[in-house]
Amino acid sequence: MRFFGENLSCVRGERLVFSGLEFAIDPGTALVLTGSNGSGKTSLLRVMASLTHPTAGHLAWQDGPVADDPERHHNRLHYVGHLDALKPVLSVRENLETWAQLHGGTDKKIALALKKLRLEGFENIPGRYLSAGQRRRLSLARLAASDAPLWLLDEPTIALDAASVDAVRTLIAEHRTAGGMAVIATNVDLGITETTTLNLLDFAPAEEDVWEGVT
Amino acid sequence: MSALVLILRREMRLALRQIGDSAIIVLFFVLAAVLFPFGVGPEPNMLARMAPGVVWVTALLAAMLSFERLFTPDFEDGSLEQLALGPAPLEMVALAKAAAHWLTTGLPLMIAAPLIAVLYRLPDSGYGALMTTMALGTPTISLIGTVGAALTLGSRRGGVLLSLLVIPLIVPVLIFGTAAIDAAIGGFPVRQHLMLMGGFLLGALVLTPLATAAALRQALE
Repeated sequence: MRFFGENLSCVRGERLVFSGLEFAIDPGTALVLTGSNGSGKTSLLRVMASLTHPTAGHLAWQDGPVADDPERHHNRLHYVGHLDALKPVLSVRENLETWAQLHGGTDKKIALALKKLRLEGFENIPGRYLSAGQRRRLSLARLAASDAPLWLLDEPTIALDAASVDAVRTLIAEHRTAGGMAVIATNVDLGITETTTLNLLDFAPAEEDVWEGVT
Repeated sequence: MSALVLILRREMRLALRQIGDSAIIVLFFVLAAVLFPFGVGPEPNMLARMAPGVVWVTALLAAMLSFERLFTPDFEDGSLEQLALGPAPLEMVALAKAAAHWLTTGLPLMIAAPLIAVLYRLPDSGYGALMTTMALGTPTISLIGTVGAALTLGSRRGGVLLSLLVIPLIVPVLIFGTAAIDAAIGGFPVRQHLMLMGGFLLGALVLTPLATAAALRQALE
């Protein structure tokens, strides 16, 4: 089981964000994406989730192209982006249930996920009363509430306190021990060991190419 | 299939928590219909003559108000991303959204329609056709509305643009809906009108999820 991309390019709003990008992830490993703001970390994650199509290049899962069956690819990943996908009118548990059940999460796993992200005792609180950090934790609880081999995390520790960062670190470590893969876009050191780092700036186009087509 | 049920359940749960949104649409429907006699005068024969058209036109306008809420909140808070990453194809998400829209908007409008017909003294022979055309027409409107809502997702002034896109597409529903009621009142056969409306519904059921899904993919890019 291997997830890899070859010669990937991405254009956002007529700007070439990265090109010729290669990556490969094996079970139990984590790939950390670094690079300054606007270097394409989120774009790459969205490409990996097949939410956005790469302008060039291709993604494959164990030699089978992802583009052939995007729904199957969606089924084997969890994507936690900048947006929390929380509804203010639903309670903490209902919010998590919505997404976990779609991915086959059971009640037991949902309760466990709330516990792991330190949201116990908040189950019945409506989403609108949550703080930024609690919203983030609820969003991250999706990871533990149902199984998926590939985790795509975009700045997972934003707004989290130290104890919650620890919880996330443990979550990722458990996932890797169980043979899972994780791609984490971050600009802060999460203290996760044995990772491969991919600096997006290495794949940034040369300056003159950036405004290609604009005279 | 289970994903369809789960998404539908989510939509219904959200709609019931925000029941005011649906209530406002129905209230608008009733209020808009009640306005006409003030403008054209209270002459009973004329009102009875106008009844089918007024019910259908105001129902369409009321439905227009509801489409903007169909995808925008989900798009803005990231739920649409998660729905797209779910196990169900986006076509199925689109169908579930349309079904939920009908249950929370189309069905209440359909239930309110005879009330307005009574106010306009619609002849008794017209009620059967009114309810049948509403039953066939409102799901068609919900389905076509989802396409419009998906196409205008993320655009500024999306609501106005949405109406401009959707209204021309639902004119056939209006024409045959009122024609069927008029035919029933006049003692003419209504069958062909209803069959055409059934045809629109079946066509929309097959085609609109494909169009909505394509538009949603575009919006998520």
